[in-house]
Amino acid sequence: MSAAELPTTAVDIAAAVNAGEVSAADVLEAHLAAVDATESEVHAFNEVLADEARAAAAVIDQRIAAGENVGPLAGVPIAVKDNMCTRGIATTCSSKILEGWKPPYDATAVEKIAAAGSVMIGKTNLDEFAMGSSTENSAFGATKNPLDTNLVPGGSSGGSAAAVAAGYAPLALGSDTGGSIRQPAALCGVVGLKPTYGAVSRYGLIAFASSLDQIGPFTKTVADTATLFDVIAGHDRRDSTSLPQAIEPTVPHLDDGVAGLRVGLITELMGVGEMAEGFEPEVLAQTRAAADALAAAGAEVGEVSVPSSIYGLSAYYLIAPAEASSNLARYDGVRYGHREHGAANTAGMMKASRTAGFGPEVKRRVMLGTYALSAGYHDAFYGKAQRVRTLIINDFDRAYQDYDVLLSPTSPCVAFPFGSKDDPLSMYLNDVATIPSNLAGHPAISVPFGTGRDDLPVGVQVLGPLLSEARLMAVSAVLEAANGEAAA
Amino acid sequence: MTDATEIEQPVSSTMLDAWRIESDVEREETSLSEGWEMVIGLEVHAELATETKMFSPARNHFGGEPNSNVHPVCLGLPGTLPVVNGKAVELSIRLGLALNCTVQRCVFARKNYFYPDMPKDYQISQYDRPLNISGWIDLPSGYRVRVERAHMEEDTGKSTHIGESGRIHDAGYSLVDYNRAGVPLLEIVSHPDVRGPEEAKAYVSELQQILIATAVSDGKFEEGSMRVDANISVRPAGSDELRTRCEVKNVNSLRSLGRAISYEAQRHVDLYESGERPMQETRHWDEEGGRTRAGRSKEQAEDYRYFADPDLVPVDPSPEWIEEIRASLPVLPRERRAGLISHGAAPEQAALVVEKGLDELVSGAIEVGADATKAINYAINNLSAEDQLDAAAFGALVKLETGGDLTSTQAKAVLAEMVSGSVDGTAKSPAEIAADMGFEAMDTSELEGIIDQLIADSPEQWERFVNGDDKDRGKMQGFFTGQIMKATKGQADGRIVNQILSSRR
Amino acid sequence: MSEANGGDSLASVSDDESLVLSAEDVAKVADLAMLELTDDELATFTPQLAAILEHAHDIEQLDVDDVTPTHHPYPLTNIFRDDVVEAADVRDEALAMAPDAEDNQFKVPPALGEEM
Repeated sequence: MSAAELPTTAVDIAAAVNAGEVSAADVLEAHLAAVDATESEVHAFNEVLADEARAAAAVIDQRIAAGENVGPLAGVPIAVKDNMCTRGIATTCSSKILEGWKPPYDATAVEKIAAAGSVMIGKTNLDEFAMGSSTENSAFGATKNPLDTNLVPGGSSGGSAAAVAAGYAPLALGSDTGGSIRQPAALCGVVGLKPTYGAVSRYGLIAFASSLDQIGPFTKTVADTATLFDVIAGHDRRDSTSLPQAIEPTVPHLDDGVAGLRVGLITELMGVGEMAEGFEPEVLAQTRAAADALAAAGAEVGEVSVPSSIYGLSAYYLIAPAEASSNLARYDGVRYGHREHGAANTAGMMKASRTAGFGPEVKRRVMLGTYALSAGYHDAFYGKAQRVRTLIINDFDRAYQDYDVLLSPTSPCVAFPFGSKDDPLSMYLNDVATIPSNLAGHPAISVPFGTGRDDLPVGVQVLGPLLSEARLMAVSAVLEAANGEAAA
Repeated sequence: MTDATEIEQPVSSTMLDAWRIESDVEREETSLSEGWEMVIGLEVHAELATETKMFSPARNHFGGEPNSNVHPVCLGLPGTLPVVNGKAVELSIRLGLALNCTVQRCVFARKNYFYPDMPKDYQISQYDRPLNISGWIDLPSGYRVRVERAHMEEDTGKSTHIGESGRIHDAGYSLVDYNRAGVPLLEIVSHPDVRGPEEAKAYVSELQQILIATAVSDGKFEEGSMRVDANISVRPAGSDELRTRCEVKNVNSLRSLGRAISYEAQRHVDLYESGERPMQETRHWDEEGGRTRAGRSKEQAEDYRYFADPDLVPVDPSPEWIEEIRASLPVLPRERRAGLISHGAAPEQAALVVEKGLDELVSGAIEVGADATKAINYAINNLSAEDQLDAAAFGALVKLETGGDLTSTQAKAVLAEMVSGSVDGTAKSPAEIAADMGFEAMDTSELEGIIDQLIADSPEQWERFVNGDDKDRGKMQGFFTGQIMKATKGQADGRIVNQILSSRR
Repeated sequence: MSEANGGDSLASVSDDESLVLSAEDVAKVADLAMLELTDDELATFTPQLAAILEHAHDIEQLDVDDVTPTHHPYPLTNIFRDDVVEAADVRDEALAMAPDAEDNQFKVPPALGEEM
């Protein structure tokens, strides 16, 4: 079968591989060829794992030949963000402080995708320690947007988004703390889901902000997102914040449709009021068009206010750095990672190692977080931010009394040029629509819908209450179909 | 030393309920300069007797090769997460209840600071919402020391300094072992209610006994499973000020604790009396030098930036669980002492017997009719904490002695046999052992019979014994005693013989 | 720029009263965070951090005293693990990844100061 005839979605690949119609090896080679073609420009990966992937594909083909059903991701190449631990394989968080560090264990999510039969094709680039919205903060060079290499892919999971957009793999895993899956998905024109907090185990995800981080899928289709989510979701006893209850599979709900569903456009994120600035008109227009598409499919569309969402950015940029400043304290040059030699004492060594190993954005956030927690400021900053979180949750709860899902743009703008947002605060404004879901712990998905300025893809965000992923898939499937029709 | 007076500190109404003012309890007289009193608070860290660590499933075990009891979680490897050891929570609740604490919904907090023995460069502890609050310990003297809190936390690793002379200031490098990192700890903090070194030792000793009795900790200073720091300040006798205090660390035994407190309190007094004042600082007890030394001066006070650990969820023990644990509490040392005191033991005696863990033995002996005083004396003078005896057998032995069947020398010999017999599993009854050793358990009535017979057979000598002058009586006493010893082959108890002779006169 | 709202909440006043955060504050915080900043970095970071904190003024002004803080989006409690040993056998790998090791221990320059 030629590369052109091979199935391209995860669902189709797995079905074909399990049926013995297609070999995992062939599928892999086709994707490695795509990598060879353009990766030197795109730089989606910190490390391509061609040998390991070939070995894994060979094992899968052997198991198929022996009559086994390998699983829902059989033979599907997958790229993994380089902040998830992969046993014996470098896991760097795109930071010099962890350059070359090889964990002695796999993250739970990595174990699960392997058990489902996927083939890990490489570790993807990210903003250092997941801090950023453009992947420009990587210590190993930026990733380019495959649609236009002068533009950023978004961040922090820019490498994973680019890998899927560029066709290097049908699937990728990313992590989302303030929008780091959804925003790059929007900028690269792919689907990106941030699950309910606690739905996917954080064990093995190198922590940025513990109460906000979640692992989630990047794909080209909603069906693939549902499939990958169903694989990685579930309770893990190694993660105390992991939800104890069983997570309902979402694949069976892909065709539920939206008849009678109540959909609310979030007023504060639709270009009005305090946050109007920065929302490109085309982005807003496509969001309304998405709402119209849902209405045409039978949904009841309205507008709803989530007033406290305007405080989300401030709350996030106190809570996330605070937790990060503590999570990143362990990088001290004692047990692993980069150490600067020659210091007279341990304190000196720690200081020198961290100073040499961390990039400027990481330092900025660590200092911000340290300050927000420090004596005298704790209540005014961190303490208040945690209360604002409650306000946001309460506002969402009120909104969900009248609506089943909410709608907004994912990112205020489409992909932007490198270096165009070098003022940290202006970069942070990219997350204004995605942050509230992280603070509330709610799931949210970005689905490509139409194009904006310069024909660049626009991402529309669908939000739901806790554990509503199945409903999000149903809504996204309708949007995907409508988007496909519009494009055709 | 001053009498204990009402301590004027802000107290909540619940604390008042829990707190007795012991104005009539005798307090110790310390050697502190006239006009001053000590204000001491004690911080005890106890390692919990669990199989695994607080947040990781690595083994909790003292000793062993360096870094042999480690796991990615307690090494703080990137991506790892803590999970609470349920057994550690159970033991912590148990200890809290034994200290009369209120057990409440609690939260783990991160204490952030950098040090190489800290794998995450933060310690998971408890801050605003600890598990146990507002408890107390009643000392043998009757004085009550309030316990402010007893909270859960994880232990740190150990760093060893290697240098030319082994002294920290000449160290060439340090080596770090994480075996101890993550071991579950209870930090038990008292109010500054203690007023002297003996009281401090009594408090720590009582707490240690409670920890051991409840099987919460091994309580071994020498293995580090129990550690004490003292917070020491002084004030004019009878005042209610709280002046600058110093924390004294590196106290490795009860004796050191007493010495360190005496030294440090006097150091404070000397400073005040020479017009100076102590600095608020952490000091180290130097056992060899018999003094405290200043710790490394810090440029800025540590700011631990406590916040609730987002990787963990609150522990909210249900009332049912708490009652279940309360029901499983053993009899505590104080009640055990009270039991012996009710049998006539003096408080110090009771304390000693309980400390040796021999109170059950003594109580059991008393229950089968043994004389309490005798049983207690044996426990104090002739038995050690490791001796295992059957209480009924012990009681029987005591009765043999008090009944006159054995002399006290003989009884001690039988006791020694019983102890070693219980060790090698050849436990025999005291009567059997006495027989084996040739100490016929001589029946008193048998002896009386022999004596009466002799009296009947020697009427003239008896007449002289009863009615003769002192010299005569003395001679006849010797005569009869000799005859009795001959008749009993030396097995009669001399004291009892005299008693019987006197009673027949 | 606006004054501090609530006297307890803001940093020390510097020459430039428009900054909620002075270079001295940043230097102290860097120290706490075990970071060494060059003078250039201090000059760059200070206004950047100040701008971010300025932005956070909006929540500083909120009256949220009777709102309970959210530490977790989902109210879990009592998540426990059994007290059963799980051997990880990770010593050799852990020491192998160490920048310096000796005698099966992690080796570092002398650690001054007390253990807590």
